[in-house]
Amino acid sequence: MEPLSFTQITLAILAELLPVWIGLAAVFFLSLRYRRRLGLYGKLFDSTIGMIGFAIVLFWVLTAIFGALDLIGTHDPLAQASGMKNKVPGTPLRGAEDGEYGWYLLGGDNLARDVFSRVIAGAWEVIRIAPFATLFAFMVGITLGLPAAYYGGRLDTVLSFIANLVLAFPVILLFYLLVTPEIVATGIPVYMAAVLFLFPLIFAVILFNSRFHVQPAKRNLYLAVTLVVGLWLYLGIAWNADPLGIISFPPNLLVVFVAVVFVNSPTVFRIVRGLALDIKTRDYVAAAQTRGEGPWYIMLWEILPNARGPLIVDFCLRIGYTTILLGTLGFFGLGLSPESPDWGSTINEGRKLLSIYLHPALPPALSLLSLVLGLNLLADGLREESLRD
Amino acid sequence: MGLFFLRRLGVMLLTALCLTFIVFWLTNLHPNLEKLAKTQGNFRMSDEAVATYLGNRGYLQSTPVKYGQWLGVLPGYVIEGTDGETRGRCFVNGADPVDAPTFCGVLQGDWGSSTVFRDEVSSIIATRLALTGKLMFWVLVLMIPAALIVGVLAGMREGSRTDRSLSVVSIVSTATPEYVSGVILIAVFASSAVGLKWFKGTATSAMENATFENFFLPVFTIALYGMGYIARMTRASMAEVMTAQYIRTARLKGVSFGNIVVKHALRNALIAPFTVIMLQIPWLLNGVVIVETLFNYKGFGWTLVQAAQNNDIELLLGVSVVSVVVVLITQLISDIGYVYLNPRISVS
Repeated sequence: MEPLSFTQITLAILAELLPVWIGLAAVFFLSLRYRRRLGLYGKLFDSTIGMIGFAIVLFWVLTAIFGALDLIGTHDPLAQASGMKNKVPGTPLRGAEDGEYGWYLLGGDNLARDVFSRVIAGAWEVIRIAPFATLFAFMVGITLGLPAAYYGGRLDTVLSFIANLVLAFPVILLFYLLVTPEIVATGIPVYMAAVLFLFPLIFAVILFNSRFHVQPAKRNLYLAVTLVVGLWLYLGIAWNADPLGIISFPPNLLVVFVAVVFVNSPTVFRIVRGLALDIKTRDYVAAAQTRGEGPWYIMLWEILPNARGPLIVDFCLRIGYTTILLGTLGFFGLGLSPESPDWGSTINEGRKLLSIYLHPALPPALSLLSLVLGLNLLADGLREESLRD
Repeated sequence: MGLFFLRRLGVMLLTALCLTFIVFWLTNLHPNLEKLAKTQGNFRMSDEAVATYLGNRGYLQSTPVKYGQWLGVLPGYVIEGTDGETRGRCFVNGADPVDAPTFCGVLQGDWGSSTVFRDEVSSIIATRLALTGKLMFWVLVLMIPAALIVGVLAGMREGSRTDRSLSVVSIVSTATPEYVSGVILIAVFASSAVGLKWFKGTATSAMENATFENFFLPVFTIALYGMGYIARMTRASMAEVMTAQYIRTARLKGVSFGNIVVKHALRNALIAPFTVIMLQIPWLLNGVVIVETLFNYKGFGWTLVQAAQNNDIELLLGVSVVSVVVVLITQLISDIGYVYLNPRISVS
């Protein structure tokens, strides 16, 4: 078979991504059609910047999901093919069997693996960690930041000191101290996970209890559901001790997850605290206090909803930042297994031969860049639209 | 003002103490010590050999005691080893053990010695910090004017075409972490295969003799990531100032647009970016670590990676003390500077 030309490679990649294009078109068609009924999400489609950002992010989310469902990748991201080491993009696969894809669309890396399939698989690595890690960091930050601002005093001093302490650490030093096999052997990440992952549970329980404690029947139902599901997930994720044996979390992924949540939550804490300090002086908070509402009701059902605009914007930005952090971890070869197709590790491997072969390092670098850029544009669009009301 | 300063200094000291203790505790966990013993001795040591090795060198004392010795508030250990040799924390190679001082810690100016580089921590950090200082100086020289100019140009006519395009540029630059921009820049400007070959892809030679050719790429890579953020802050603050009453007054009395920007708006618009720039410096530290690894420039960040990879306890502690002090001092300067620049805020 002939090597593919540049145009042919582009066309082949576009064709390979067909499920993603269909998905993108469907989502955009429906969203544009019903945008007036979709609240803030619908308004996003009024701003060009926000729409572009959303399209890029959605592209990567769909790529990751379809890639994980095995609808996109042309080869196994871990399989090595003989004679394909460092081959340029579009090289035909030597001795391709029937049913096997005939080319390495973006070439082979220094272990003769398909770069294109690895980039697709790497998207899944990011999409399955970054949003959840950010969400957990937000839960921790909100659960601690609201009382720090609302009560103030000594609680605020202590929590702020701890937050500043973590922020004063150089991130990379922290990663090196937390994400090494030696530290994993001591079990510290598991204990940290045990503490950090408790916060979402606490958050959900307080959230329902403060709202429905006057309707005991409803409250008990909600709390029971939250506790059963929450504890089940908690045991499975943090302690790897799911009694039903359904949920498990690979230990090295857990370390990465914990490290990223730990680095992100102090910043979220500071943002939430700042917003809450401002909002708690408003009249509707005073009104709620006069009505005799409890402090947690005021924090979670009066202050928090009114801080949602900046928090949603920051959430988008922070997913991007988390993506960068995951890449940093991969770049220094920390945490994830050396074979892992995540973008940071792939860039790290590719950079060693960068002066001779460009194709193994550039695709993951550009992918990471475009995903973070998409998230930033999305955040910008959201900010613009939420300021408009 | 004096009280404020003193309180900040106290918090700084407390933070530094807590941080170094955390680093100390994490590096002194048993699996880490075991790794240290095996890299220093040999890799096939049995568990007993590891225990004697560590015991003879004082590593098996309790962590608070060891921390006290490192700090210099507890007397350094003197241990008669199982192999008959007497070792002490404060013993100097070749000197008589009797003359050795009782205390030798950070407070006495003794930062210990590195197990990887086999040298004094203080001298390693001094040389490496000087190299990184050179890098950072050029980064700031490139980054601050570029960021301020981009921000002011974008912010002076909000919503114009210049504003839109410059804002996109700054968003792209904030979305590009150093390891991505570094790789792309090397590919474009330094690759021997297809690139332009304008610059060198490694900065090792820049340590002695920095030229435009071997030093521009690392400097530009760090500056690029920090630039976007500062530019966006400057743009926001400039745009806000341009809507102020006194700008409208100046316009109405017929001052030219250039004069309004330079004489009336600029000074007020630069207050916010100043704090951002100061707070950005600790962030640059991360960039420094990545870029020095990527370009093989053996400065402070490179040392941090080496120390962390080899669990070089005392060097790692030295590195963290320095970086914590940098972070806290920049925070202090940004607070004080903010007060000086903005007459509406007073310290209380």
